[in-house]
Amino acid sequence: MAESKGIYREFIKGLWDENPVIRMLLGMCPTLAVTNSVTNGLAMGVATTFVLLSSSIIASLIKGIVPTKVRIPTYVVIIAGFVTMADLFLKAQFPPISKALGPYVPLIIVNCIILGRVEVFASRHSLGVSIADSFGMGIGFTSTLVVLGAIREILGSGSFFGLQFLTESIFTPWVVMILPAGAFLTLGLLIGIINFIKSRSKERGHTNL
Amino acid sequence: MDKSREGKVKGRRQTGECMKEKEKVPVSANKTDESIVERFVVSSSPHLLKDINIPKIMHTVVIALAPAMVVSIYFFGISALILILTCIISSIATEAFFQRLRKRPITVYDGSAIITGILLALTLPPSFPVLGAVLGSVFAIAIGKQFFGGLGYNIFNPALLGRAFLQATYPVLITTWSKSLAGSGIDVVAAATPLALMKFDGEMTPYLDMFFGNISGSLGETSVLAIIVGGLYLRYKGYINWRLPLGYLGAIFFFGAIFWLFNPSKYPAPLFHLLAGGAMLGAWFMVTDMVTSPVTPLGQWIFVIGAGILVVIIRLFGGLPEGVMYSILLMNSIVPLLDKWTRPRIFGEVR
Repeated sequence: MAESKGIYREFIKGLWDENPVIRMLLGMCPTLAVTNSVTNGLAMGVATTFVLLSSSIIASLIKGIVPTKVRIPTYVVIIAGFVTMADLFLKAQFPPISKALGPYVPLIIVNCIILGRVEVFASRHSLGVSIADSFGMGIGFTSTLVVLGAIREILGSGSFFGLQFLTESIFTPWVVMILPAGAFLTLGLLIGIINFIKSRSKERGHTNL
Repeated sequence: MDKSREGKVKGRRQTGECMKEKEKVPVSANKTDESIVERFVVSSSPHLLKDINIPKIMHTVVIALAPAMVVSIYFFGISALILILTCIISSIATEAFFQRLRKRPITVYDGSAIITGILLALTLPPSFPVLGAVLGSVFAIAIGKQFFGGLGYNIFNPALLGRAFLQATYPVLITTWSKSLAGSGIDVVAAATPLALMKFDGEMTPYLDMFFGNISGSLGETSVLAIIVGGLYLRYKGYINWRLPLGYLGAIFFFGAIFWLFNPSKYPAPLFHLLAGGAMLGAWFMVTDMVTSPVTPLGQWIFVIGAGILVVIIRLFGGLPEGVMYSILLMNSIVPLLDKWTRPRIFGEVR
């Protein structure tokens, strides 16, 4: 009972309280670079979740046999292996998405969320809890990227998942939103709004929203 | 050791804040202490105050902008009036909304939001959509000013920041110019600005047209005469420093002249640089913004000369025909550093 409650808590914290992008400001590079459309954001989020989950499982399983001094190189090799798998899979199955994401798929290797979760969590906890933690983090990362991608795609090109629903005649797209500046503005405003909500709910005495 | 100077440097930026404190004091004090509290105002230096305050300065600036507004309405008709009113109203509304949200005293009557609205409108092309103008005003006040902490705390000139956002948001609409229509019976005539004509077609516009404003361009930047009248009024009132506008225009003239002397057939004459685009409006009303310009004389010189170089470089070699907006915004970003670096040494201070 206590174990399952712990698993639930570890899973749910990645969604809101310790959301890797909004609360911990990790993995900024893919967050800002590939969220110019929902599709790209979702693909990047799913790929990262896959790598994070797989690496956490392996790291949690081998935590007893890795010498402390070489643990970081070991983790990097594990992560690189899964990133290569994800990269080749995207190239084979979804060539347009792979092309749109460009170098950011191989760059998942250096995504600090993954190395961070593997180093501070998976390598110190049991398998079940590690899976819950990395899955929660992955979902939190993916959902944030999808929200950012949705805001930027709707305002920047008047479409959603590539589906053009706002025509030029009724809405002139805000070109800035699909430019890098739009990424910074949207992310900054999103974090600001969430911090505002948090401080409001704290003032009223609710600790968890 | 440096404290007194620091106080002076900061004092100017905090004037708005001091006023709010004054208003607050009687509320928090006991009834018996009220008269004493009112007589003794505790504040940092400078202690000798002139009979000017923020609303007075701001409303003088609005009066100084009146000639440019009148001329823009004369040349571009009712659309200019609608744009100016839209920007003013949405700026004030945004300011009030955010001050309410931040639980700060609502100071929309001090006129600073009105100036932001007017300046933003004056930098827009006459055929710009009204909704776009609202978006620009909201961005200018919300992100350019209130997010930094309100009047006196903003790093960038809010009006220019709003325009920069609109430039990135609607790159086509904001470069769609229409010719001035005074005296003709036509509704809209698409035409290039003198800067675009010079840059893309190698064509020159008569100086006299540029001086009086009978050219295409943004609402308030076409008539050099109207802007100079307003600027000189501000100078007469003593609210702007001569170094900033003259240094800026001088730097543009000087660096424009270097290229012109180097190759007169390829580069425009320095006088063209001064009369074209937003150079005059920027020099008199944006470079001189009290909040976003340096306070020390040396800092002001670096500020205006740097901005002047940027204008000439962007106009002659950049992708855009006009560089005034980005030159001021870029130099705005280093103003806090300039204030720090160029602080005069106190007598006897060891470096």
